Amino acid sequence: MSTTLPANATGAGIVPVRSKPYRLVNYLICLKGILLREGLRFIHQRERFISSLVRPLLWLFIFAAGFRQVLGVSIIPPYKTYVLYEVYITPGLCGMILLFSGMQSSLSMVYDREMGNMRTLLVSPFPRWFLLVSKLLAGVAVSIAQVYAFLVIAWFWGVKAPPIGYVMVLPALFLSGLMLCALGMLLSSMIRQLENFAGIMNFVIFPAYFASPALYPLWRIQESSPLLYKICLANPFTYAVELVRFAFYGQIDWTSLAVVVGCTLLFLGGAIIAYDPSRGLMNRKQDTGGNA
Amino acid sequence: MGRRLALLAATLAAGCAASPAWAYMVYVSNEKDNTMSVVDSTTMEVVKTVNVGQRPRGITISHDGKFVYLCASDDDTIEVIDTATLEIVDTLPSGPDPELFVLSPDGKKLYVANEDDNLVTVIDVATKKVLAEVPVGVEPEGMGISPDGKVMVNTSETTNMAHFIDTESHEIVNNVLVDSRPRFAEFKPDGSEVWVSAEIGGTVSIIDNASREVTHKITFEIPGLRAESIQPVGIRITADGKKAYVALGPANRVAVVNAETYEVEKYVLVGQRVWQLAFTPDQKTIISTNGISNDITFIDVATDEPTQSVTVGALPWGVVVSPN
Repeated sequence: MSTTLPANATGAGIVPVRSKPYRLVNYLICLKGILLREGLRFIHQRERFISSLVRPLLWLFIFAAGFRQVLGVSIIPPYKTYVLYEVYITPGLCGMILLFSGMQSSLSMVYDREMGNMRTLLVSPFPRWFLLVSKLLAGVAVSIAQVYAFLVIAWFWGVKAPPIGYVMVLPALFLSGLMLCALGMLLSSMIRQLENFAGIMNFVIFPAYFASPALYPLWRIQESSPLLYKICLANPFTYAVELVRFAFYGQIDWTSLAVVVGCTLLFLGGAIIAYDPSRGLMNRKQDTGGNA
Repeated sequence: MGRRLALLAATLAAGCAASPAWAYMVYVSNEKDNTMSVVDSTTMEVVKTVNVGQRPRGITISHDGKFVYLCASDDDTIEVIDTATLEIVDTLPSGPDPELFVLSPDGKKLYVANEDDNLVTVIDVATKKVLAEVPVGVEPEGMGISPDGKVMVNTSETTNMAHFIDTESHEIVNNVLVDSRPRFAEFKPDGSEVWVSAEIGGTVSIIDNASREVTHKITFEIPGLRAESIQPVGIRITADGKKAYVALGPANRVAVVNAETYEVEKYVLVGQRVWQLAFTPDQKTIISTNGISNDITFIDVATDEPTQSVTVGALPWGVVVSPN
């Protein structure tokens, strides 16, 4: 990408001029570059891959054992019969991987911005939205690879979905991953420094995860607190988990699908605006003396 | 084009062959609300609920599938239900408190356990007459009959015995002591063994039909569950004699046992307090009645995975599937 740039192109506000419009193949080369970079980064950071797997596996092996509900979880859709707790939380744990991974890619954007790598990306002659979407797709691809690795281990642990579920879940994972990565990207535009990421952890990841049906059915939350139930319903992560859960059993939960698609568009739109140099938040931060 | 059409036809034919060819009717006795639920085995939906006598428990069906026989325990009678009209068309003199019964292989006689009177009553189905009353141990319940119809086994819950009764002389020929509270007796299809479940003992005793001695004892262990929660009740053995299913009561599980090695291979999670079991005639599915959760669970016999649970009446107890 950088080969197409003028030598002095270092500022985020520079719009390169090119006489011929870019063709699809140029866009694809750009996308490939971003995907490869994210993939390489993921492969080189083996600890990240292992830690991304260890987290849900700890929940599956230890937390689920503690909460086992040996007599089965009551039947709620999409389940047609009684299931064990570890079966119930598996879609929630897939959601957890997507959530953490989405936030991690936002963390990497903050890091990129601090280290100056982001300039290389943002000064590319391609439209800003395309660069952000490419970055998003790269993040989602990495998340999905992690989810499938987790599902393979869960399979050997005895948590098995119908075979068709493993295919059906792919688009659900893609959409949910896209939504969570877009949310991460939007948040990353608001964070000035890497250190602030702990705030995201406490104010976004944990509330989103715990106020959702990932760990317990919503009817149980409704029983104990109607207010908490409403909060869960207002949580987009709830719908990501349910979309994945239904897809595992070959079904589409249309409400979840609509919410996930809607939120993805909203977050992505927000991120594109936020990263737009002419009107975005980054500009404002620079005005206020931020180091973005 | 012709080849494509042929391929399409072949695909469609294969698709038709793969789909379930026949819907069986599943009849479930609901002990608490005095009804019988009729469930379609293909759609897995309740198609009708029939009002029956008080406290319906044991349920079986005539070999031609025309009549369901149902123990109305608190009405001291056996009700005969026409499967075409789903109406009670007749009653049989069962003796007091009939709980569980078995139909002879020729379909002519019913052997009924009378829980309160410590008797086994033998009824001629055609003439509706009591042929014999056999005194047995205290609280008789489980009833099994050998495939040749020559011997039947009754279990008495309090005496903890399996009584072998000669079906010609109607006399007890052997008594075999088993573990506490025997609930159910089931012959292997080749008649070589009788499997008797003991609810409190938590075991299934395998009695050799030739020597009339307990040769094996199956125990169950489910991680996370106390031994007292594992209470074996209903037993069914596949026609090839290779696999047995044991309902484990409040353990909410059906144990899958290798009937040749007597090892438990799997525990299938079903509803609460699983009681009795029944195969579909093609033996592709086994159905469990789950008393406390008021439902029945369909289990795929090939994979031993539960496929679906269907809500029926209150406290489902017994289950039988139409033979055709």
